[in-house]
Amino acid sequence: MSKFLKSLSLAAVATMLSLPAVAQPLGLGRAALPEEISAWNLDIHPDGTGLPDGEGDVLDGEEIFATKCAACHGDFAEGIDNWPKLAGGKGTLNREDPVKTVGSYWPYLSTTFDYIRRSMPYGNAGTLTNDEVYAIVAYILYSNDLVEDDFVLSKDNFLDVKMPNADGFIQDNRMEVEIPQWTGEPCMTDCKDKVEVTMRALVLDVTPETADGATETKASATTEPKEEAAAEQPAATPEPAPAQEQEAEIAAVDPALIEDGEKVFRKCKACHQVGDGAKNRSGPVLNGVVGATVGHIEDFKYSKAFKEKNDEGMVWNDETLAAFLAGPKAYIKGTKMGFGGLKKESDIEAVIAYLSTFSQQ
Amino acid sequence: MSDAFDNLRPSRRAFLRGAATAGVGAMAAGTARAETPDPLITEPQEWAQSFGDGVDATPYGMPIRFEDDVIRRNVEWLTADTISSINFTPIHALDGTITPQGAAFERHHSGAIELRKEDYRLMINGMVEKPLVFTYADLERFPRENHVYFCECAANTGMEWAGAQLNGAQFTHGMIHNMEYSGVPLRTLLEEAGYDTAGKWVYVEGADASSNGRSIPMEKALDDVLVAFKANGEALRKEHGYPVRLVVPGWEGNMWIKWIRRIEVMDAPVESREETSKYTDTLADGISRKWTWEMDAKSVVTSPSPQAPITHGKGPLVITGLAWSGRGAITRVDVSRDGGKTWETARLAKPGEKRALTRFYLDVDWDGEEMFLQSRAMDETGYVQPTKTQLREVRGLNSIYHNNCIQTWWVRPNGEAENVEVS
Repeated sequence: MSKFLKSLSLAAVATMLSLPAVAQPLGLGRAALPEEISAWNLDIHPDGTGLPDGEGDVLDGEEIFATKCAACHGDFAEGIDNWPKLAGGKGTLNREDPVKTVGSYWPYLSTTFDYIRRSMPYGNAGTLTNDEVYAIVAYILYSNDLVEDDFVLSKDNFLDVKMPNADGFIQDNRMEVEIPQWTGEPCMTDCKDKVEVTMRALVLDVTPETADGATETKASATTEPKEEAAAEQPAATPEPAPAQEQEAEIAAVDPALIEDGEKVFRKCKACHQVGDGAKNRSGPVLNGVVGATVGHIEDFKYSKAFKEKNDEGMVWNDETLAAFLAGPKAYIKGTKMGFGGLKKESDIEAVIAYLSTFSQQ
Repeated sequence: MSDAFDNLRPSRRAFLRGAATAGVGAMAAGTARAETPDPLITEPQEWAQSFGDGVDATPYGMPIRFEDDVIRRNVEWLTADTISSINFTPIHALDGTITPQGAAFERHHSGAIELRKEDYRLMINGMVEKPLVFTYADLERFPRENHVYFCECAANTGMEWAGAQLNGAQFTHGMIHNMEYSGVPLRTLLEEAGYDTAGKWVYVEGADASSNGRSIPMEKALDDVLVAFKANGEALRKEHGYPVRLVVPGWEGNMWIKWIRRIEVMDAPVESREETSKYTDTLADGISRKWTWEMDAKSVVTSPSPQAPITHGKGPLVITGLAWSGRGAITRVDVSRDGGKTWETARLAKPGEKRALTRFYLDVDWDGEEMFLQSRAMDETGYVQPTKTQLREVRGLNSIYHNNCIQTWWVRPNGEAENVEVS
């Protein structure tokens, strides 16, 4: 790094000569107001700079985590499918396929707070209160066996938490350990005795199929076959519906509304798929959900609450879906769906219209 | 088809040798002959008789439909969904060095947002004399520069650490694009705000929900970083950060913040998620390198390759590929056809430019035998692209990022190619 910086400053001096001369400020832009700076200036540094007042404990954290994070990260922060694991992995960094979690890998606790507050929950970023963030961070620490279940995290004790992999990082040392040995005139002839194939991509067989047919491959066992594209198709060409009644119903729905619904559905896409080849993710496939019994997808593990509604024969229609989407937790107590709900009635109407274009396959 | 065609054509080298010694007679013998007249020539064709499209048929032109397989592609099993994901540039099907925006790979952390120029704001705060807010219109009034730079994701070729995995240059090396950017030097904006020379770092963050943010040393910020709003002459595409993105020449793509909304001058790095838990390179002993910003010199043969097999049989063959270095200009590319036993120096289409893609060609007379095609880049610092074995000896198998190893394509006599590793 130091060598890099030295050479860079020399380069900077050299290139300065070719830059347009901006000797004096041009007086462009305007002064940023304090309220504006505090709205955006949220980053938190390892030394605690930027931490807000507040606190949260493990038990509250567990509850918030179950509601807002577990859909992707799992109830115990173990990660569902390909979503990030946040706990575990201790002692795996020097093994094959290390498990990098907050506990096993992240060097600073500030990063966890900073990232959760600004970028989570996925699809609903920046909606957590500071106390909620403290509580979630406390719960993640607990999931990693770094604190006890009565732990309360606050601005005051934040820096007392020692992250296990804090000393696990070094600055880029390629200049010292790589570049000297890989610099100079390379070998041109008789560089090795024999060339044998030691590994073949076609044997592993994980390349997506392409139209040109040059790669004849198929999905591996860990692969979701296809396809994400359904929701990206223009809403003007909805999926064909099997029943005539349904066709009539779709025809009656405003195409612009369906299009709006497709946009709203982006909020749902992290957990739900629709269209051809849709699969259960952390949420069930939503093909045919409008008009179906609650909890109708057979191979999806629903919450107890949903199973009960299924037994009762509750049906998803415009009315029940609208009530559920407005406040999932309030409408069906005990649902595993972590989504907080759609605020705008127009969004709810649009997304139901959009969902109604996907029949059960 | 290729067999029949082969028989009609001697190898190029034989052709040239024959022409030199035997003169015109040999030349006539070397020309391919058709058995019957070609109806494409002898019969009037529809396109030669009636009209094509009028000038306004496509107000914004798209590639002709015959090229509709030259597209970005996603590897679904890599990521949990497409919102926080990546796709790949079809480098196997492109030539030259400039990547068309529509084919240039995308990497999002919270999806590609729609942000109008009118709604765009850029804030500079932290250790500055005057914290400022710029509109898009403000940015257009600063003196502008044009530069061509490559943008490579640090994870490009990352799936190949443990072994040959993905069968195609698009998938092994397609997390890269190369565009001509128009924009304002970051230095200019920092000077406008009156940056404190005690500030050793800048933090840059985007306006999307992921709020992707990275810390960049002030030396780099003052050197060649651009706040760009045009690419290849036109507005940035939504997926590349419209209306304004950061361009950090030669450094890993994650630092090229899209929809950039804030620049903070600081005395220490933030150590954000993207510079600690991600984009750090774990070595065999479990210790991880951080701040591995520069992209090492690298190259790949784009054709022939698994998605671009040889279809014409033996004889004249154009071997071509791309080379680049985050530390400066490419000065030389060597190509091996025998898996690294012997090397030939390829022809650079143009002299290498700093931190931009360089196109190389090796025009050969293919004997129709199998080849183990490799390319090896050298940059102006004298650095030579290493083999996978050399990289693994230093870094192990768990680095994920910054895999700049020499790639091998096993080309079979039938012209098909496969991603392999060789001893």
